[in-house]
Amino acid sequence: MYDTAIIGAGMSGLAAGIRLAYYDRRVCILERHTTIGGLNSFYRLAGRNYDVGLHAVTNFTPKGTKKGPLARLLRQLRIGWDEFSLTPQVGSRIAFPDATLNFGNGLDLLLAEVDAKFPTERDNFRRMLADIADYDAVQPGMMERSAREFVASHLRDPLLAEMIFCPLMYYGNAREHDMDFGQFCIMFRSIFCEGFARPWAGVRIILKKLVRRFRELGGELRLRAGVQRMDVARDSVTRLVLDDGEEIEAKQVLSSAGWRETMHLCGQTRNSQEAARESGQLSFVECISVLDRQPRELGHDRTIVFFNDSPTFHWRKPESIVDLRSGVICSPNNFQYETPLDEGILRVTNLANYDSWRSLQESEYRLAKLSWYDRVVESAVRFVPDYRSHVVATDMFTPTTVERFTGHENGAVYGAPRKRFDGTTPLKNLFICGTDQGFVGIIGAMVSGITIANQHLLQNH
Amino acid sequence: MTSVEIREIILDILEGIAPDDDLSNLNDEQPFREQLELDSMDFLDIVMELRKRYRIQIPEEDYPQLASMQSTVEYLEPRMKDLQKV
Repeated sequence: MYDTAIIGAGMSGLAAGIRLAYYDRRVCILERHTTIGGLNSFYRLAGRNYDVGLHAVTNFTPKGTKKGPLARLLRQLRIGWDEFSLTPQVGSRIAFPDATLNFGNGLDLLLAEVDAKFPTERDNFRRMLADIADYDAVQPGMMERSAREFVASHLRDPLLAEMIFCPLMYYGNAREHDMDFGQFCIMFRSIFCEGFARPWAGVRIILKKLVRRFRELGGELRLRAGVQRMDVARDSVTRLVLDDGEEIEAKQVLSSAGWRETMHLCGQTRNSQEAARESGQLSFVECISVLDRQPRELGHDRTIVFFNDSPTFHWRKPESIVDLRSGVICSPNNFQYETPLDEGILRVTNLANYDSWRSLQESEYRLAKLSWYDRVVESAVRFVPDYRSHVVATDMFTPTTVERFTGHENGAVYGAPRKRFDGTTPLKNLFICGTDQGFVGIIGAMVSGITIANQHLLQNH
Repeated sequence: MTSVEIREIILDILEGIAPDDDLSNLNDEQPFREQLELDSMDFLDIVMELRKRYRIQIPEEDYPQLASMQSTVEYLEPRMKDLQKV
């Protein structure tokens, strides 16, 4: 009998596991896949290491910073700042046809860019910042108000508003078109006020650190151990049944599988309206190109470019199989490393339609990947130097890849549009963390696991 | 355990929670919160660490007693006097 069983060995489950194991709980993390990471993982293909999920760690603050999610989670996990090997970005850009905004870590560059390119918005933008800084994440009732209305109440120029939304939505908005005000503030702070960083060797550094820590503390991590269902008696989970039929007993269960996915596992979808919340719709394709030289040698030194090819930014499940109008171009090379990465890499991420990808037969699917890789890259080189003649290897993931590796319905990367901030469920010993609890990004996911472990799993003993 | 030993234990716990903080200038009478920027999650950790290390149960209504070093030591002294430091 475990004190806690955790479903999913992603960032949130591992962080929660560390907290529980540190305080001597008997805890087991159950992961369906052969590797850890969930939404943020890594793999090896034809002799090369690739990251999935992670473009950059958001919420980056320099060593010695005492406030903010990164500092808090390091304290909570008893991990030193240096141990994640975070290297700050070079600089990023929001590129629209009639304007570009450059930004770095911290607000200085963004403010200078707004002043230079949107001089009439100078004071409005600063007033908006003051409201964002004042915002208290726990204020009830404020979380779900419209971020578009909030921004429109400050900024006169709709182009600036669209440009600000583009990175914030791409990096963590599960809702179509609009964004919850709370999520907007969290994302704004994590991207513009704090910033981007990456470990030289990628996300695996962070994941391996978490796993090592969890195991040192006596936690048990089981791979290839998918939870097939949870049995319920009255208002509690009584046991977890794995894909191979093995039964596991735990006093409490913490699931990072997603809200609907978790409700489905314990047969709750039919019983309660609350359980049957709408599913997420937003998924992505990502086209990864390995280059024969560093992007900098092609004249590309930006860390991340968020692009949109018209004045209006569309954040919806696209009607076409891939939405080429906007996207994110990330180069893991363009961080301030002491030694450059071995090879140049560019990753382009676009909104994609899960149903279209799902409906393809195996051979059609492979063909679609080939042809859409070309179209995606063609679309991206409108905003960065043309790198197509330097590509030595490629890979691509689609919404069905996301679904396969994360178990998220519809391959919805950011999960369901309505979040469950307190982590509770209709069952009294079952809690959720991760994407559908509401904190996103690598740091956000870890904070999610920590917060729910602290609030619900550590106090009642 | 003496009040000096209890103080050392609290310092050790704080060092674990905030390894990058300099605790040598800690003012015992001033609240931790004003000096170390600990949040409510970190306060929970002081309680949890005492439970983990010494099996001391601190009820939630007593948490305010742990605001500063001085009040913490005063609060813990009668509860820890028969324990050995580890």
